[in-house]
Amino acid sequence: MGAGHGGALGAVYVPGSSVVHRLAAHVKLVGVLAFALVVVATPVGAGWAWAAYAGFLALVLGAAAVARLTPRRLVRGLAVEIPFVVFALLMPFVARGPRIEVAGLSLSESGLAAGGGLLAKATLSVLAATVLAATTEARELLRGLERLRLPAVLVQILSFMIRYADVVSGELRRMRVARESRGFRPRHLGALKVLGPAAASLFVRSYERGERVHLAMLSRGYTGRLAGDPAAAVAPAQWAVGLSLPLAAAAVLGAGMLVG
Amino acid sequence: MHVPDGFLDAPTSVATGVVAAGTVALALRGARRELDERTAPLAGLTAAFVFAVQMMNFPVGAGTSGHLIGGALTAVLVGPWTAVLCMTVVLVVQAVLFADGGLTALGTNVTLMGLVAVVLGYGVFRLVVRLLPPTRGGVLAGAAVGAFLSVPAAALAFVGLFAVGGVADVSLGAVAATMGGVHLLIGLGEAAITVAVLGAVLTVRPDLVHGAAHLRRAVELAPRPVVAPASGSTR
Repeated sequence: MGAGHGGALGAVYVPGSSVVHRLAAHVKLVGVLAFALVVVATPVGAGWAWAAYAGFLALVLGAAAVARLTPRRLVRGLAVEIPFVVFALLMPFVARGPRIEVAGLSLSESGLAAGGGLLAKATLSVLAATVLAATTEARELLRGLERLRLPAVLVQILSFMIRYADVVSGELRRMRVARESRGFRPRHLGALKVLGPAAASLFVRSYERGERVHLAMLSRGYTGRLAGDPAAAVAPAQWAVGLSLPLAAAAVLGAGMLVG
Repeated sequence: MHVPDGFLDAPTSVATGVVAAGTVALALRGARRELDERTAPLAGLTAAFVFAVQMMNFPVGAGTSGHLIGGALTAVLVGPWTAVLCMTVVLVVQAVLFADGGLTALGTNVTLMGLVAVVLGYGVFRLVVRLLPPTRGGVLAGAAVGAFLSVPAAALAFVGLFAVGGVADVSLGAVAATMGGVHLLIGLGEAAITVAVLGAVLTVRPDLVHGAAHLRRAVELAPRPVVAPASGSTR
């Protein structure tokens, strides 16, 4: 588990006013989820699978182009895939079944297909999710999840987490800068003596901040529910635009099944 | 590593999704018992802590570094139900905002890292704490064993799911051995970091540690010796 997860939450969203940006968050969430389902449902073994993957790739890149996302942003989104790429690359070596020789290496045919298929599916889904995250503000995403009937308490926890994730990460970064400017370089397990208490004080500070936030909320009349504006109705046209990505993908899948 | 889309087949993904939804529903009730109406802000901030600390790299020797997963540590710090919620929320944010772990695999990831890692880690912790004397060392030892076992347990649960719904034809023994072996090592790192962090919290704010509640002794209230008023007082 080399690199850590995540990063600054603020760096995820790319402001814009494209059609994709203006779609309601829950419409986009449903669209991306449905797209991922279509991608996952494509059988890896079929001869036309790779043509279908190419079609899906064209669709998701088209959506990114409509949203005016730069290739750089998309590549940055793909970085989360790296540990998984290693696993997929191992597949041809460890899978069973008939083997073929490629450049002097004995590889399993089914492993090659499975590893390649896994990689293609994961890449397509990550691209779609990156388009979603880059065109939707975190707060809007929360409201989208709420409209998709996520329990209210869970949405509140999510909203506090998103609101304070950058604050807490910022404290962590400042503590690291302070340590390193005093000559600290983590080299071996002995560094835990320094890093353990740092993480511990981060926990204590986060928890105490939570207590202060709770008191501040109580003094503003918090009763266990967060007030929000009533959600605006979504026009059918919006649904049509939002679902065009998965519907087109489903059409590609259907065409593949008919032809293949 | 989070499970991406397309790694497990649809029935397995749906089944783990149902398990995850049920777990979260139970955890929402349980967390109310642990934190009452403070659930939302405290669980939210704890989740922000887990999210941040997962970005912190700890050197584990030989030029490699690892990061905390934090299921067992969070369970010992804030209680198992709140920990399930925190891990779930972190996984949702990572999936929705960072595409880390597939959307269709969210249920799988919550089942593995939210349910299996937290429940097994906390269960082992409680068991060890019960067997050892009620001291700081006992709590740390319990957390170490719990954290250590939670990682290979989640990995083996993943292998189990892979056996049921994996899309590749791989010999299961090999996968189990590789995943188990690698994650035993990762578990050692997890245990070391968990003990380092928990020990420091126990030193500064032992009252915040849910799993060390039995170490707190009630303050003894002794009656203050009453000085009999002198007979010639003015009152």
